Amino acid sequence: MKAGLRQTRSVWGNIFVYLMLALFGAFFAFPLVFAINHAFKPLNELFLFPPRLFVQQPTMSNFQDLFAIMSRSRITFSRYIFNTVFITAAGTFGHILIASMGAYVVSKYRFPGSRTFFKLVIITLLFSPHVLAIPRFLVMNQLKWIDTYLAVIIPAFAMPIGFFLLKQFMDTVPMTLIEAAKIDGAKEFSIFWRIVMPTVKPAWLTVMVFSVLNLWSAQATNFIFSEELKTLPYALSQIIGGGVQRAGVGGAVTLFIMIVPLIVFISAQSNIIETMASSGIKE
Amino acid sequence: MEESRKMTFAERKKWFLYDVKMSKTYYLFLFPYVLVFFTFMVLPVIISIYYSFTYYNVFEPARFVGMRNYTTLLLGDDVFLRSVTNTLLMALITGPVGYLMAFIFAWFIHGLPRFLRTFAVLIFYAPTISGNVFMIWALIFSGDQYGYINAMGRNMGLITGQPIYFLTNPEYMMPVILIVILWMSLGHGFLSFVAGLHTIDRSQYEAGYIDGVRNRWQELWYITLPNMKGMLLFGAVMAITQSFGVADVTVALCGFPSTDYAVHTIVNHLVDYGSLRFDMGYASAIATILFLMMIICNKYIQKFINRIGS
Repeated sequence: MKAGLRQTRSVWGNIFVYLMLALFGAFFAFPLVFAINHAFKPLNELFLFPPRLFVQQPTMSNFQDLFAIMSRSRITFSRYIFNTVFITAAGTFGHILIASMGAYVVSKYRFPGSRTFFKLVIITLLFSPHVLAIPRFLVMNQLKWIDTYLAVIIPAFAMPIGFFLLKQFMDTVPMTLIEAAKIDGAKEFSIFWRIVMPTVKPAWLTVMVFSVLNLWSAQATNFIFSEELKTLPYALSQIIGGGVQRAGVGGAVTLFIMIVPLIVFISAQSNIIETMASSGIKE
Repeated sequence: MEESRKMTFAERKKWFLYDVKMSKTYYLFLFPYVLVFFTFMVLPVIISIYYSFTYYNVFEPARFVGMRNYTTLLLGDDVFLRSVTNTLLMALITGPVGYLMAFIFAWFIHGLPRFLRTFAVLIFYAPTISGNVFMIWALIFSGDQYGYINAMGRNMGLITGQPIYFLTNPEYMMPVILIVILWMSLGHGFLSFVAGLHTIDRSQYEAGYIDGVRNRWQELWYITLPNMKGMLLFGAVMAITQSFGVADVTVALCGFPSTDYAVHTIVNHLVDYGSLRFDMGYASAIATILFLMMIICNKYIQKFINRIGS
């Protein structure tokens, strides 16, 4: 990128940078390596003293045990999987659709309230779901949504970071593109759907990843009480809760929960970086 | 704009209504998002403020109690004050340190060849997205015979006699939690920085060198950082959200409640009253105080970031 300038960093500077990255990289990767190895350890290695980081004789038995427990559960396991997949898909699709529509008009047109609304969205970036959980429970209670899928899906539509990233990215789409379509007689919705959405694909792919990451790990125990509506992370956490005899299975579960978001992220990484390039908050 | 200043109030109102009328399509586009956003992001805050002045246990109608929840919180609840101290300590350490780490790593990574860069971004970002892999830290720091660090310490002769109870001895709990939070704190801000460094135009650096920028530090302060103000603000917002909202990690590692409330956070306290004791009024007061803390913190950081490069 800036080849001419990189020369200004001395050899020692380069060595320092690589050394720091390797050192901290190891710190960041350590628990992940640990989790991966843990999942393939046979029972005698799990309880070896002193414990070892790397597995000596890898085995699939933890995964087999996991499937055995799954097939014995009172509610068939496919039900938990369905719940999580359904919640994730519906929440993500709905969010992208309505947030993109809103982001499009806020980004491309100026109308009374549009600026103020976007400022409000930026403020709500601060509120973590934990802080909102209790008043949200009261809202759900009024709507009679407690113990339904809606209680998890609909709030996911509101995810402010999605709206924020979409709007910021749409700011980079030239207005001339939209005006040209208008001259050709296109209606607002078809401009949005046929021209803007394909152009901002990196943005909605990114938002899709963030939304999936968010919903995939949702335990949703605050809002859902019926066993048959509960999510996969919840069911898996119950399996780990079995204590010492479940240690191996626990390792398998942790690996399983970890691997899905990582794959999703890797597959969209270049799109995500492209989108984050317009993530700056302007005054 | 020149004319608008001369308009009377009635005229301005007329024009405003005209604007609104002309923007009907836009409102239609925005409406679905506004509806869910208002119901699940704004309304909860308003509800929190409202119920914070009441006694409300969900089963009986709410009863107005004035400032009682706040006075109890600030004057009569030692555990809350403990949780505020803990949260502030976590926020003041992991917020800025995590933020700086995110920037420094992004800056370092930026100079790497493409393949290594992709890999490094993944390694540093993975802890943020890998679900509850932070549970692994419980194994690493565990005080029983399966604890990894205790075993290593013993092998090297650093730990003799009793193992160190990292997760239940209040002396060690806070540092352990800080390490784990820092481990997972790079977050969206980090990605934003990586992308931001990427977009700065090379010609700006060249111009900078002509104008007398002499070394990499001046380059960073006068060119790179001012160009990334927006990303820096975004990263700050993300850092605040994360460092003030710590809750899952303390429960997973140190249990709930933790020994002597040594790592009890405001959100832990909120969950305790809201989800376990069903004292919604009290929980709402806690939430309201937390909202205020976050917004004030955000204001100060904004001011600070706007001063960069001047």
